[in-house]
Amino acid sequence: MSATFDDLESLTAQFVERATAATSSAEVVVIENELRSKSGPFAALQRSVGQLDPQERGPAGAALQAARASVEAAISVSRERIAVIERAQQLESDRLVLGDVPMSGTFPATVGHVSAVARTQDELEDVFVAMGFSVADGPEIETDWYNFEALNIPPAHPARGMWDTLYLDVGEPETVLLRTHTSPVQVRLMQEAVASGALPIHAVMPGRCFRRDTPDARHLMAFHQIEGLVIDRGITFADLAGVIETFTKAYFGADMSSRLRPAFFPFTEPSAEFEITCTICRGEGCRTCSQTGWIELGGCGMVDPAVLSAVGIDPEEYSGFAFGFGIDRCAQMRHQIPDMRALMDNDYRFLRQFS
Amino acid sequence: MKISLNWLREFVDLSESLDELVSTLDDLGLVVEGRQIVGEGLDSVVVARVCEIHAIEGADKVRRVMVDAGRSELVQIVCGAMNFVEGDHVPLAPVGAVLPGNFEIAARKMRGVLSDGMLCSGRELNIGDDHGGLLILDPSTTPGQPLMDALSMSADVIIDISPEGNRPDAWSVEGVARDIAARTGRTLRDVALAHPSIDTDAGAMVSGRVDDADLCPRLTVGFLDHVSVRPSPPLVQQRLTAAGMRPINNVVDASNYVMLELGQPTHAYDGDRVAGRTLAVRRAVAGETLVTLDGVTRELGHAGRGLGDTGVDIVIVDGDDRVIGLAGIMGGADTEIHDGSTSLVFEAATFAPMAIARSSKRHGLRSEASSRFERGVDVNVALRAAARVAEVLSWSCPELRWYANSVDARSTVSAPPEISLSVDDVTSLLGTEIDSATVVSILTSLDFTVKPDGSRWLVTPPTRRMDIRSGLSGRADVIEEIARLYGYRALNRRSPRWSARGALSPRRRLERRLREVLSGLGLSEAWTATLISDVDAKRWATPGTHEIRVTNPLSSEESIYRGTLVGGLVDAVARNAERSTPVAFFEIGVTAEHPADVAVPRCERGGEGGTVTVEVPTETNRLALAMAREGDDVTTAVRVLHVLAERFSLAGIELRQGEIPAGWHPTRTAEVIDRVTQRRLGFVGECDPELRATVAPHLPETQRVAVVEISLNDWALAAIRSAHVSVPSRYPSARFDLALVSPDVVSRYDLDAALRSAHEHVVEVTFFDAYRAPGIVVGDGERSLAFHIELSALDRTLSDGDIAQAREALLAAAGRLNCHLR
Repeated sequence: MSATFDDLESLTAQFVERATAATSSAEVVVIENELRSKSGPFAALQRSVGQLDPQERGPAGAALQAARASVEAAISVSRERIAVIERAQQLESDRLVLGDVPMSGTFPATVGHVSAVARTQDELEDVFVAMGFSVADGPEIETDWYNFEALNIPPAHPARGMWDTLYLDVGEPETVLLRTHTSPVQVRLMQEAVASGALPIHAVMPGRCFRRDTPDARHLMAFHQIEGLVIDRGITFADLAGVIETFTKAYFGADMSSRLRPAFFPFTEPSAEFEITCTICRGEGCRTCSQTGWIELGGCGMVDPAVLSAVGIDPEEYSGFAFGFGIDRCAQMRHQIPDMRALMDNDYRFLRQFS
Repeated sequence: MKISLNWLREFVDLSESLDELVSTLDDLGLVVEGRQIVGEGLDSVVVARVCEIHAIEGADKVRRVMVDAGRSELVQIVCGAMNFVEGDHVPLAPVGAVLPGNFEIAARKMRGVLSDGMLCSGRELNIGDDHGGLLILDPSTTPGQPLMDALSMSADVIIDISPEGNRPDAWSVEGVARDIAARTGRTLRDVALAHPSIDTDAGAMVSGRVDDADLCPRLTVGFLDHVSVRPSPPLVQQRLTAAGMRPINNVVDASNYVMLELGQPTHAYDGDRVAGRTLAVRRAVAGETLVTLDGVTRELGHAGRGLGDTGVDIVIVDGDDRVIGLAGIMGGADTEIHDGSTSLVFEAATFAPMAIARSSKRHGLRSEASSRFERGVDVNVALRAAARVAEVLSWSCPELRWYANSVDARSTVSAPPEISLSVDDVTSLLGTEIDSATVVSILTSLDFTVKPDGSRWLVTPPTRRMDIRSGLSGRADVIEEIARLYGYRALNRRSPRWSARGALSPRRRLERRLREVLSGLGLSEAWTATLISDVDAKRWATPGTHEIRVTNPLSSEESIYRGTLVGGLVDAVARNAERSTPVAFFEIGVTAEHPADVAVPRCERGGEGGTVTVEVPTETNRLALAMAREGDDVTTAVRVLHVLAERFSLAGIELRQGEIPAGWHPTRTAEVIDRVTQRRLGFVGECDPELRATVAPHLPETQRVAVVEISLNDWALAAIRSAHVSVPSRYPSARFDLALVSPDVVSRYDLDAALRSAHEHVVEVTFFDAYRAPGIVVGDGERSLAFHIELSALDRTLSDGDIAQAREALLAAAGRLNCHLR
């Protein structure tokens, strides 16, 4: 460590050369440690600066700084170069021809669980299938027409305030959106049925929907809904009330019942909210149901003649009803989950409680 | 809408209990979302004058206060508030008073000083939000006077009703009262209206004109002078406050009071600031601006982002054609009423609902007025509302002069629809028979006109019922009114029957089976976000593809529609790793591709009116797995995949080197191919080690994350193996292994298939090992593939000759693929 300032240039060149020639990150680390070590040649030079004449200290310090910087730069270049090489080496040693992997081998022995929402959806579907409904699906990304206009809700209509909508930057502004409800599937089903002459319709449509609502304990921005649609001859409001009641008893329990109260939806007339016996107090009255014994589950109504006409169904010949409610909300009620956001956390400690 | 029951009582008698009333309103579709009892617990609270304030030794948070509460002696109180001085009048809750929230006041000692009651803040009395200190009362109040009396308050209940969006007519005190009266058969009372106090016609003082008739069915312009701007009477202020509106001055308050009461928004302009005292209604011209009451400069007449928006703003202009108000939404700052205003040009009008809705949305400006106009205001209520405003204003300004005959500029108003209805129509929609007399009585009680028309009726709604349409929809609207008043709870229920059988869709059956198989293999189902952050989207996106961006995301974390499920699943694995929980997840969900990245974009009916075809993102229903338990690596994923293929009867899949999706391990990833159709079903592999270290830093360093992503759309189309099965031979089988040196270019699957079909006695071929050791056992570009072979015949035990022959055939088949025995 007896380097002097005369040697600075060759010392630097030597370090740069070593850094440049390094072929592994371990080598680079050694060089770097030597550069920075208190007992290394650069530290020794640093100490000797103090012993120089005052007027020489400035230039000497600057020269030392520059030398260090050039070594650091060489190390940095080298490190990047080596990273590329080492990654290539790692990938090469990892290489596996998957077609040549045999079936023999073991699976880690863990227990798997199905999500609460999916299981709830299965149960709801099963109830409706047993009642004679088929299950239909539709896209999550829709046009404004399917999500709103075909359902009697023209652009900018104040009723749109009922659904805070997320639009997508695709095509003209506000033409493509994330469906706010599964109702566009109803429009598609009716269109298909008209096109193929396959009326009547008895279907339920579960699926993920999106609303621009800040998530809280009872709302998620992305949520799951199940809607039902019946279009047939001679369908009345009494049939709607009967289906809601049958479903309520079949899914929530024979001691539960339902009731309807007037509401407004642009695509049904008459429209109703439906309430079911409070699942917490079974109708006795508690905090959850504000002492009423009833909790709101969803909306329903007779399909508006304007909606039928829009898809080419003769409202003089056919009538029908539609209903809808939240799947996540049913899961929340069934399992008494205080905060719905837990459903999306994917925390195994939560998931493992569901079979 | 928060309204006072006392106010409601001015229109209709309310004899029922609060619970009964709430239940009736709910059943009418006027849902009560909350109730608040005003004056509860205030009975014994009195006015007290602060006479002396003394410090208490050793206490700096409380003081000893002597107050005059109208008793013979002063009352001593220990009080923590600091906002009052000697001489102030404040509320005193004496010992024994029970304040809102069941808070009983008792005498108690603080710092050794007896406090004989409590001096109260507005919040403690539930009559204000201030918690900065005591409620300071007007000095004109008298010590000992009951507080309710001093504040001109009466016991009341405020209920929060939310009328449905199609019932603007019910969005007022009178509207709610009308429904109650119709349901209960009680009388609906009218409110007091002012009579003109001067014979001069308003037309001599003001003028009004509608230039764009399509935007304004009616404009009435009145004139008032001898106005003094001052605070409103307490009753008006209390009702506005209870409704959530801030009292401003008697003129503005009277306008708001009548809007809440009758549902008609009105606007008063300072009579000296409206050029020519003229109001005219027209479309704004692009480039015009207005500074609205909130101080914001509005650029008018420009089309916004909304679908089909043409940029119509309805404006009120003065005699110089200068814009002075954004009609139906907010007035201009220039013509605002101020303390010195003495005359008013008074507008009561109705505007085209959709134009107001567009304009309000475009300017991001919703007011109490605009929310009413966009839903529709009765064209026939304007003059009545003006007379009511004059009446309410006269309470605080008796010297007011209201001029006769307001200017009434009406354009043609379309007549309400005439709807054909029969009692059978009602039965066939509701499934409940309601007799003719009841139908007529219900409709009449709501002011519908019912004219006999043969065996049917012609029903005409009152002009306020703008929700009632014409034709069949109108018929449904009318029947809903009948059902509503009849009571939904009284309607029949019937269980419909139909012959169609219920069924799950094929997609749902597939998804359900996948869940059962995968959870049985030890994987748990996750639900990850459909909308992801830019960073996550970029990590997993194929370079050069277009992201599907949300125009108006709630946060940047949720701004891109996902193109893969894998990112979310790996993230879920990482979250659990933070808690040292090793997991294996699967998810079934939808991903999408931008139309610009798809050969044949999905096209859907869209645009305003559904008149055009628009390109929309293509969706794929996918299954993805991410496994990071101890021992998991790509080989686990391969085995899971083969189990799935078996369980879903796929004819055969093949893992083939090919494209590497972004974020996947470049040398441990393969495409999953359906061997029959050669369709790519998805990918199997591992997370790129570098990316894994970034996104899941808490996983053990050596832990690999095995991933699979499959398109279920394609999986559902994959070739299925024949339903034909073979019964195993009852004779013993011959078994041996073959190790075949195979060029790398020869697929193991091809070799496997060649061996299977090599000879009639080959019943099973099981690949069990691949061995690679270039230069030692096999050459460069070669590997040794080992198979268990099982031979049998249905009718006999195979002889050595049979076996030798089959073995020859197997080697020959391998030879045709350039594979030879090791």
